[in-house]
Amino acid sequence: MSEKISFTIDGVALEASPGQTILEAADAAGIYIPRLCKMKGLMPFGSCRLCTVLVNGRPQSACTQPAGQNMTVENNTEKLNDYRRSVIEMLFVEGNHYCPFCEKSGNCELQAMAYRFGITAPRYPYMFPDRDVDATHPDVMIDRNRCILCGRCVLTSKAVDGKNVFQFTGRGAHKKISVNSAAGLGGTNLKVIDKAAEVCPVGSIIKKRVGYAVPVGQRKFDARPIGSEIEEEKVK
Amino acid sequence: MSDNLEKIVSEICTRYGNDASRMMDVVRDAHARFGFVSSACADAIAAALKTPRVEVESLVSFYAFFAAHPRAKVVIRLCNDIVDVMHDGHKVWETFEQELGIKTGETTKDGAFSLEYTPCIGMCDQAPAALINDVVVTRLTADRAREIVRELKSGSDPAGLVKEFGDGNNAHELVRAMVVNNIRERGAVVFDAEDMQPGTGLKNALAMSPAEVIRAVKTARLRGRGGAGFPAGMKWEFTRESAGSFRTVICNADEGEPGTFKDRVILTERPDLLFEGMTIAGYAIGAEQGILYLRGEYAYLQPFLENVLNERRASGLLGQNSAGKAGFNFDIRIQMGAGAYVCGEETALISSCEGLRGDPKTRPPFPAQRGYRGQPTAVNNVETLCCVTRILEKGPGWFSQIGNGKSAGTKLLSISGDCKKPGVYEIPFGITLQQLLVKAGGADAIAVQVGGPSGSMVGPKDFGRQICFEDLATGGSIMIFGPGRNLLQVVQKFMEFFVEESCGYCTPCRVGNRLIKERLDRIIAGKGEKTDLAYLEQLVEMVKAASRCGLGQTSPNPVLSTLKNFRQCYEALLLKETGGMQPAFDLKEAVKDAENIAARASVHC
Repeated sequence: MSEKISFTIDGVALEASPGQTILEAADAAGIYIPRLCKMKGLMPFGSCRLCTVLVNGRPQSACTQPAGQNMTVENNTEKLNDYRRSVIEMLFVEGNHYCPFCEKSGNCELQAMAYRFGITAPRYPYMFPDRDVDATHPDVMIDRNRCILCGRCVLTSKAVDGKNVFQFTGRGAHKKISVNSAAGLGGTNLKVIDKAAEVCPVGSIIKKRVGYAVPVGQRKFDARPIGSEIEEEKVK
Repeated sequence: MSDNLEKIVSEICTRYGNDASRMMDVVRDAHARFGFVSSACADAIAAALKTPRVEVESLVSFYAFFAAHPRAKVVIRLCNDIVDVMHDGHKVWETFEQELGIKTGETTKDGAFSLEYTPCIGMCDQAPAALINDVVVTRLTADRAREIVRELKSGSDPAGLVKEFGDGNNAHELVRAMVVNNIRERGAVVFDAEDMQPGTGLKNALAMSPAEVIRAVKTARLRGRGGAGFPAGMKWEFTRESAGSFRTVICNADEGEPGTFKDRVILTERPDLLFEGMTIAGYAIGAEQGILYLRGEYAYLQPFLENVLNERRASGLLGQNSAGKAGFNFDIRIQMGAGAYVCGEETALISSCEGLRGDPKTRPPFPAQRGYRGQPTAVNNVETLCCVTRILEKGPGWFSQIGNGKSAGTKLLSISGDCKKPGVYEIPFGITLQQLLVKAGGADAIAVQVGGPSGSMVGPKDFGRQICFEDLATGGSIMIFGPGRNLLQVVQKFMEFFVEESCGYCTPCRVGNRLIKERLDRIIAGKGEKTDLAYLEQLVEMVKAASRCGLGQTSPNPVLSTLKNFRQCYEALLLKETGGMQPAFDLKEAVKDAENIAARASVHC
């Protein structure tokens, strides 16, 4: 039996097991820390920085930082939420996100996050990058216009599917998601039933022919904001 | 042809034990052999190393010195940092372009020459400089550029461009470089050779227990010289105490901060002092392997350094029972980098040593707990490890009394820019910027960039501040800007550098730096307005706070420090407020696209 770690988030006392991250402990306690790259069951990647919190006054990503005894964590503050709006807006202006006709609309975590934070338009100028689409696979396609470089597909393909379908290439502004074949996604061993084909938080990796099966209005985030499922834990 | 390629690749991979974690070396050798890493070559490497081909692509596409498409036989990399700009670099670059008939970024039609820009190559004290393949050419002029192109076109090997060798070991038969050391001031720790007794530090260390060695380094109050200033003894203690199956000492010789070149001079003139320090570190933390991570720009020093290592092996200072200590088996290998500033960040450097793209790693765990190949690792700066040797030679008391009482020892400073005597200065901690400017012959400076682009720009009102850990802490880059210099142009250059060098892993650094640069460019173009300063301040704060590693956490510093110390430079360029209207809004520009589509002019403007 290992001892519990006590710490606070925005003044609320909570407990964590040794090795548990701030974000995991917060989830269990029904405190929502916004995140995009982090997904349950996957190693934290720490790329989006949406979950940045202040730990004893210093910025840390809650998804990678283990909870520590007597830590004082700030999460839901005006300043941090402004940083989060910045991250969301940066992801919007960096790519080409066409929500009104994107089939992921309503199920998209980036869009849902923008709604949660009340973002109507980004304060930053759009970059309108020239990005490509890979439709070589019979069942799955990649639209790099909508990729937010979170790393979920890379990690899932390796850790869950036991394959190596995805990896990043290039650096900085030229960083993009690439696949393990010169012939494109169709040349890889990706199967439509692979977990990596369904973890994309946005409309970048999508299955063909099922896009509009669920009508707009009945989709995941149409009814309640992203994060509600965690916050409802608190009520119980 | 393809059989031949596979055979060559297979030979290269065998050289590195078909070990995927040596992919940097494999790709480097393949690159040297073929000039680029083709798709077929990537397949062959992947097959030999039993790794997915996309991992090979991922690595190749990360490093500036690797290419996936054919590059010329002769690649001319023009160093375009701000100091080169200040020394009329443009004239040199234009001449290269004219003589070769291409723009920078292009390759000549015959495939003979490629022209590229590259950030600081560690030659700011002899700018403008360039790399021609691995050969360094310095103090370039337009005339010299013309001659170089002519010589190369007539079939001369780039090595033949070096007519006269520099001083000291730059003239060594394994270096043969025109680079000069420019050691302007020799201090007691590294460059004052009078009383130095090679080998004594290591001998003394091996006569002590590892814990005693660590205690000596702590007592000397040695702090890291790379910029962060972490206490070296504490780092070693953490590394030694962490559980692991093996431990590694890594020397960070990826000196990439623009304006710094002191490690280049140490590597040229004091390699034994460094390797002795690495051996002592190995003994102290219980490591059997040391890695010198040498930046790709310093490849011209590699054969020389390999030779020094071989000599040390031959004298029994490395290898089984190193320096006669039974059971202490320590050796050092050199890991070449390939043009990525972020690899100076210690966890990115470790990724690179492991044959990966230079992405920083998630911390915690810290390298002392889980570093190279997931095992405890101490990463130290070149200069820090040299200090270690001297501390063990002369005693911690001798070391700690040098300096200003708080910061112990000397600091090597790389001074460049508008001054009469650019070069390396080894100075006890505590010197003021003013004193330094007088020494270097740059007393009329209007601004000094302390610590390179990731440091801060300091104005005359702060020239009384001291170089030390408690005041102006720096890895050693000091760039001097004299009267008439356009400081915002400097900032612009620095931001261009960070945009180029961001690894792209996290959102704030990847996107935020580009946004900062966009708004800065707008202000410099005379199209900025008052609200843009607040806009910049928000971005700068957010990128610093939310970025994942030291690169992003410091990259907005050029804007931050100039907004604070030189705000008037920005304000002078802003558009004047015009009766409640947004002055930067250009109606004509805004409707231009629509006018073009409609094929008629708007009646309103």
